[in-house]
Amino acid sequence: MRYIIRRVLLLLLTGWAALTINFALPRLMPGSPIQVMAAKYTGRLTPSALAAIAQALGLKNKQNVFVQYWTYLGHTLTGNFGYSLSEYPTKVSTLLAQNLPWTLGLVGFATVVAFVLGTFIGAVAAWRRGSLFDSIVVPTGMMLAAMPSFWISTMAIYFLSYKLGWFPLFGGSSSGSLTSVAGLGSILSHAALPAMVLAVISLGGFMLVMRNTTVSVMSDDYVKFARAKGLRNFTVASRYAARNATLPVVTNFALALGTVVAGTIFVEYVFSYPGIANLLYIAVTSEDYPLMQAIFLVIVLAVLLANFVADMLYVVLDPRIRVGGRA
Amino acid sequence: MSGSPLLALEDVHIGYGWDARSVTPVVRGVDLTVAAGEVVGVAGESGCGKTTLAMAAAGLLDPPGRVTAGRILFEGADLRAMSPEQLRRLRLAEISMVFQASMNVLNPVTRVRKQFLDAMAAHGVRNEDEAIARAREMFDRVRLPQRFLDAFPHQLSGGMRQRAVIALCLVLRPKLVLLDEPTTALDVVVQRSIMQMLSELRSELGFGVVFITHDLSLLVEVADRIAIMYAGQVVEEAPAKHLYGAAGHPYTRALMSAFPPLGVARVRMEGLPGQPPDLRRLPPGCAFAPRCLQAVEGTCDAVAPPASSSEGHRVVCHLYEPKEAPVG
Amino acid sequence: MKGFLHNKKALAGLSIIVFFGLVALLAPLLDPYNPNDFNFMPWLGPSSAHWLGTTGQGQDELSWLLYSARDSMLIALSTAGVISVVQLLFGIFSGYTGGLTDGVLSTVTNVFLVLPGLPLLIVIDAYLPNKGTVTTVFILTITGWAWGARVLRSQAISLRDRPFMEAARMSGERRWRIVLFNVVPNMFGVLAANFFGAAVYAVLTEAGLLFLGVINVNTISWGSMLYWAQAGSAMLENKWLPMLLPGVCILLLGTGFGLLNFAVDEVADPRLRRG
Repeated sequence: MRYIIRRVLLLLLTGWAALTINFALPRLMPGSPIQVMAAKYTGRLTPSALAAIAQALGLKNKQNVFVQYWTYLGHTLTGNFGYSLSEYPTKVSTLLAQNLPWTLGLVGFATVVAFVLGTFIGAVAAWRRGSLFDSIVVPTGMMLAAMPSFWISTMAIYFLSYKLGWFPLFGGSSSGSLTSVAGLGSILSHAALPAMVLAVISLGGFMLVMRNTTVSVMSDDYVKFARAKGLRNFTVASRYAARNATLPVVTNFALALGTVVAGTIFVEYVFSYPGIANLLYIAVTSEDYPLMQAIFLVIVLAVLLANFVADMLYVVLDPRIRVGGRA
Repeated sequence: MSGSPLLALEDVHIGYGWDARSVTPVVRGVDLTVAAGEVVGVAGESGCGKTTLAMAAAGLLDPPGRVTAGRILFEGADLRAMSPEQLRRLRLAEISMVFQASMNVLNPVTRVRKQFLDAMAAHGVRNEDEAIARAREMFDRVRLPQRFLDAFPHQLSGGMRQRAVIALCLVLRPKLVLLDEPTTALDVVVQRSIMQMLSELRSELGFGVVFITHDLSLLVEVADRIAIMYAGQVVEEAPAKHLYGAAGHPYTRALMSAFPPLGVARVRMEGLPGQPPDLRRLPPGCAFAPRCLQAVEGTCDAVAPPASSSEGHRVVCHLYEPKEAPVG
Repeated sequence: MKGFLHNKKALAGLSIIVFFGLVALLAPLLDPYNPNDFNFMPWLGPSSAHWLGTTGQGQDELSWLLYSARDSMLIALSTAGVISVVQLLFGIFSGYTGGLTDGVLSTVTNVFLVLPGLPLLIVIDAYLPNKGTVTTVFILTITGWAWGARVLRSQAISLRDRPFMEAARMSGERRWRIVLFNVVPNMFGVLAANFFGAAVYAVLTEAGLLFLGVINVNTISWGSMLYWAQAGSAMLENKWLPMLLPGVCILLLGTGFGLLNFAVDEVADPRLRRG
């Protein structure tokens, strides 16, 4: 129980830190943020529009910093992110809502595939340590983990989409409708390559962690004893070795998320996939601060949620946490 | 005792090494027999090869360890000639081994009960009710409250876990039980109660025992016969009582004097000088010679000592003269 | 140390790094042309005048490729160095000191661990007015220090309770001396592994940022080569070499540091060794 409370507190604290970073950053830079926005967007936006945006960001000039902070927190927590500068008068929240589902689909699918496949391959490699399989898996994993994700994406898109024409070149879908059969088919075909690339990028890390964890678990006493009990190899490998090895893997999952997020940013960029990572890129290059901040928060929130799920999963998996000390 | 012995190790050599070129000999020509229902103790310092020998006898020796020569016969069948599946079937059901420091041999994420069940299922007891009944009965015998079957290992104390492991190792009524320092990691009081429990279990269930320890005084009380190992060889083997009264090998005598009896006049303790030899660079002649206070120059350090035995008492030493065995 | 030099991974990694190091050092000598010259016809294929062809801006590919090694090595090593120092300080103050300091510092570490790195990087960078090498090292450090710090912290904790440390404390040695002469040398293995891990991170992330165009793409670097190739629609011109080569270099350099990272790990923990 204490474990859960500690983790929840940490996640809340991180969320607060992200909010504060968002708030503090523009104010730490020379020049007021309003001036920066004004400089960039005068001529494209009316002064009243700029003022409205500033208001939403809690940037009203004359106010004391703490009041600004408070306003900012209030607005953010109620989902009022203001208007996008580059897409004025679209609200930021509208843009977010549009792009988020695409990313969720892509990342969700790719991460699950990478995790399941990577963990399985890693476990098999560890079980057959020293074999040919293992000697292929380890360097492959290292190379995959060292591979720049944007490079794989570009290579993939070049060879498989452009040259071979197996996959569409960009975008989320070519069909107008999203719900018709043709529409769904188009969605899937556009998602296929980015999803696979993202899965491949994330695969290396999971594979290596699982392999190394399993190798060290296998030399643990209870695995030796399981064999001494005369259990079949498969039982020992799954119920004793792998089951215990997944524990550190789940804890590492949180760290792996960082790779997944980074991978997503590159993949969406290269494939012009209409997700929020791509939106972030657009926001950054057009210095659309309101949009940028909102996306950052959404990403952080998603990561925190994923962490929370992983932590809960860990509690379920490890009875030492779940069912405390001595009977 | 008629019929083939329960366990017969014939000139067993075991080495450690990842590739064939650099193999360190860890067990160098050991002969040992265990008859049905007999308790054979194996004593020696750490590193003398006793655990490796036991692992091999249980069919559990894994690379980098390898039996390089000799036969390991269980009820007449050579373990080295068996397939992995045959060996698997022997484990726990016919031969079981209680490891040193059994604190951590239970899977931390599974309930104790489940670990009994999967062990039994792997050996043909698939009916869950029957399996649980047997587990419960075994828990009674090792005097553990039955409710701990439903617990996770971390909820039991060290001594309880040891008993649970012993229960697990006996639940299928194996014919041979190998115990590697089963009580060393526990305090003396718990040690005694577990030893007592083991004796009772043995008289009830009748299994043969190989008891490995460095504590010779313990063996003298519980074993029928004792083998003393040094640097991978058995240097002395005798019925327990003979050993107590008339140890033949200088090393045995040194081990015995390391555990002074209570209630006797205080005697100046003498440790054994030196270290066990590096098995990769054994001296010529007797392996114990460098540390032996009675070593004879020219003989002990040059020529391998012969084995001489009388009345079931075997000693491998240049200086040993078989005497009349004391009565008793 | 000897074991390290016999380790296959270490040798492989070391050869790669030394190779790139030499290229970086000798680049001005090796380059056929000044990388900044853009007087050549753009998009030429490989020829005897230009072994690897020219870029979309009319610069010699090979010169750029070789000279870029400098930027990557510089960023990798300096970032890894700064990160290592930060991690060491955090790890020691947190792990060895314990108590409230530890509570606060490790919470900070954990917060940074959870925060997603690349988005944070991009956002911070967006606000920074000038984007030079120093800023790059700075932002890379902010996002990259947390993981190794946690590892060093647990290492420091386990060292703190060892008997030889007790002995040092009881003999009245001054704390900073204890730390400097007892704790730090024992953490060397982990430190080295972390250093190389940070180097991998720096190489890959810097390349990524350049590719996105988020940091200054006028630096001569593999990442910016990719950026310009992408921006110049190399694909559509069927010129895949400008896209392939810088990527391969990044991959190799990253793998080199990665191998060293694993090698140090293996030498420290024999269970991870193969066979």
